[in-house]
Amino acid sequence: MSDTPSELRYAKSHEWVKNEGDGTVTIGITDHAQELLGDLVFVDMPEVGDNVEAGSECAVVESVKAASDIYSPVSGEIIVVNKALDDAPETINDDAFGEGWIFKVKISDAADLDGLLDAAGYDALVAEDA
Amino acid sequence: MDKQTCLYESHKTMGARLVPFGGWEMPLHYGSQKEEHHQVRRDAGMFDVSHMTVVDLEGPDARPYLRRLLANDVERLKDSGKALYSCMLNEQGGVVDDLIVYFLRDDWYRMVVNAGTTEKDLAWLNKQAEDFDLQIKPRRDLAMIAVQGPNAREKALPLLPAEMRENVTALKPFNAAPADGWFIARTGYTGEDGFEIMLPENEAAGFWQALADAGVAPCGLGARDTLRLEAGMNLYGSDMDENVSPLESGLGWTVAWEPAERGFIGRDVLEAQREDKEKRRFVGLLLTGRGVLRNHLKIFSGDTEIGEITSGGFAPTLGRSIAFARVSAGIGETCDVEIRGKRVAAQVVKAPFVRNGKACISL
Repeated sequence: MSDTPSELRYAKSHEWVKNEGDGTVTIGITDHAQELLGDLVFVDMPEVGDNVEAGSECAVVESVKAASDIYSPVSGEIIVVNKALDDAPETINDDAFGEGWIFKVKISDAADLDGLLDAAGYDALVAEDA
Repeated sequence: MDKQTCLYESHKTMGARLVPFGGWEMPLHYGSQKEEHHQVRRDAGMFDVSHMTVVDLEGPDARPYLRRLLANDVERLKDSGKALYSCMLNEQGGVVDDLIVYFLRDDWYRMVVNAGTTEKDLAWLNKQAEDFDLQIKPRRDLAMIAVQGPNAREKALPLLPAEMRENVTALKPFNAAPADGWFIARTGYTGEDGFEIMLPENEAAGFWQALADAGVAPCGLGARDTLRLEAGMNLYGSDMDENVSPLESGLGWTVAWEPAERGFIGRDVLEAQREDKEKRRFVGLLLTGRGVLRNHLKIFSGDTEIGEITSGGFAPTLGRSIAFARVSAGIGETCDVEIRGKRVAAQVVKAPFVRNGKACISL
C-alpha cells in the first residue's frame, strides 16, 4: 500500500533524509506531511553556511492554511538550499520525495542517521497517527 | 461532540477532509484548497453552509424591533426579498455578530447568523425582544448551500424546482425569493456572483449531488476563507468581536446614522467614537516582501508597534499574501510586519483585493 521510498530514512517529525554517501544528506518533507499541510505557497529556507543541530527548527513551510516548522534530522552545516522552491513551492506537493527536496546538510555526526526510522517504521508511525 | 450537517455523508463520499469549526464538523477541503478557490473564481463552486443559523422574526413588531437591534436600518428595505448586511451591537458598541437580514413582509424578516455565535445570538435576540410583539424562530430544519462563481447561476438555475425558476432568474444582486419551503438569495461571501440557497434538509443531499453532476465543484471552509479575504469581507471572531466597534473594523459603511432619532443599541458609544480622530483604522495589506501574512502578526511603523493583523493569508488569485489589520490612525502608505522575528515590508491598500475574478489592486 505504501509509496514510502525504502532507500530513505525518516524523522518522527515527518522529514525524510537521503544519505548521499559522501558525508552529505538531502532533506525534505514526506508525502504524508505535504498532504496534511495542503497547498504550499512559501518556503522560508535556512541560510547556506548555517550550522544546525539535530532536532532543531531550520526552515518553515507555509501552506494556504498555516505555517509549519521543518526540523533538521541531523546536525551539521547547510550546504545547499533548493532555490527552485522560491518560485514553485508547490513542487513539494507534486513531488515531495524528489524535486521537492528542501536543503542539504554536511553531517557532523554520522551516528545521527542511526536514530532515524526506515520506511516500514515511518509507515507504522503514520498508521498510528491516522 | 461536534454536530454534523445533513450533508455530512455527501462530504465523506466526496473525499472531504473534515475539521471542527464553530461546534460543527465541516469540510476544510476536498483535496486542494487552492484549486477550489480557483474553481470559484473561474467557474462555479459550492459550499455547505448549513452550520449557519437561519432565524425567522415574525410578528407585528418585527420592524421596530430590528430598527433597535441592528446598527444598519431595515427601514431601507422597501421591496420584499431585499437583503441588508448589518452588525448587531452590544451597549458598548462592540459587535455581538454580523448578519444578513432579509425583508419579506412587514411582519416577517429572516436573518442568517454565524454558526459559532448562534447560542449567544439567540439569547441576545430573546433578551432584546421583551418589549416587542414578535416571535423568534431558529429554523434548524433548513439546510443552506452557497453556489458561487461566474457560472454559478447558469449551472444552478436548471436544477431549481421548476415553479421558482422564473422568479430566481430575474433576481437582482442582494435580493431573495422564497418559494415552497426553499429560499434563494443572490448573495454570497466570495466576491463572485451566485446564490445562497436555503432548502428543506431532506432535499439537500439530492440538490448537492445534482449540482456536482452539473460540474459545480464542492469547496471547503479553506477556500471560503481565502475567497472572502480577497473579496474584502470581514470574518466574525477574527476581524471583529464584542470588544471592537464596527468603526474600527472597516464596517462604518454598515452603520445607518440617519435618521438621527433612531436609537439602535450601541449608538451613543458609536456617536462619540465617530468624532474620535485617534480611533484605530482597519486597512488592507499587501505583502511586498517574502512570506505569508497570518492572524495576530504585529505591524510596525519604523520602530513603533502600531497594530496587528486580524486575518491574513495567501491570496491564490493574486499569487501574493494579503491581510486585514487594525492599526493606529497615523499609518502611512507602507508598514512592516514582523514575521518570525524579521520585519517584512507591506503596502497599505484599499479592500476589496479581488472582485468578479479580477484584481482590484495593483500588484
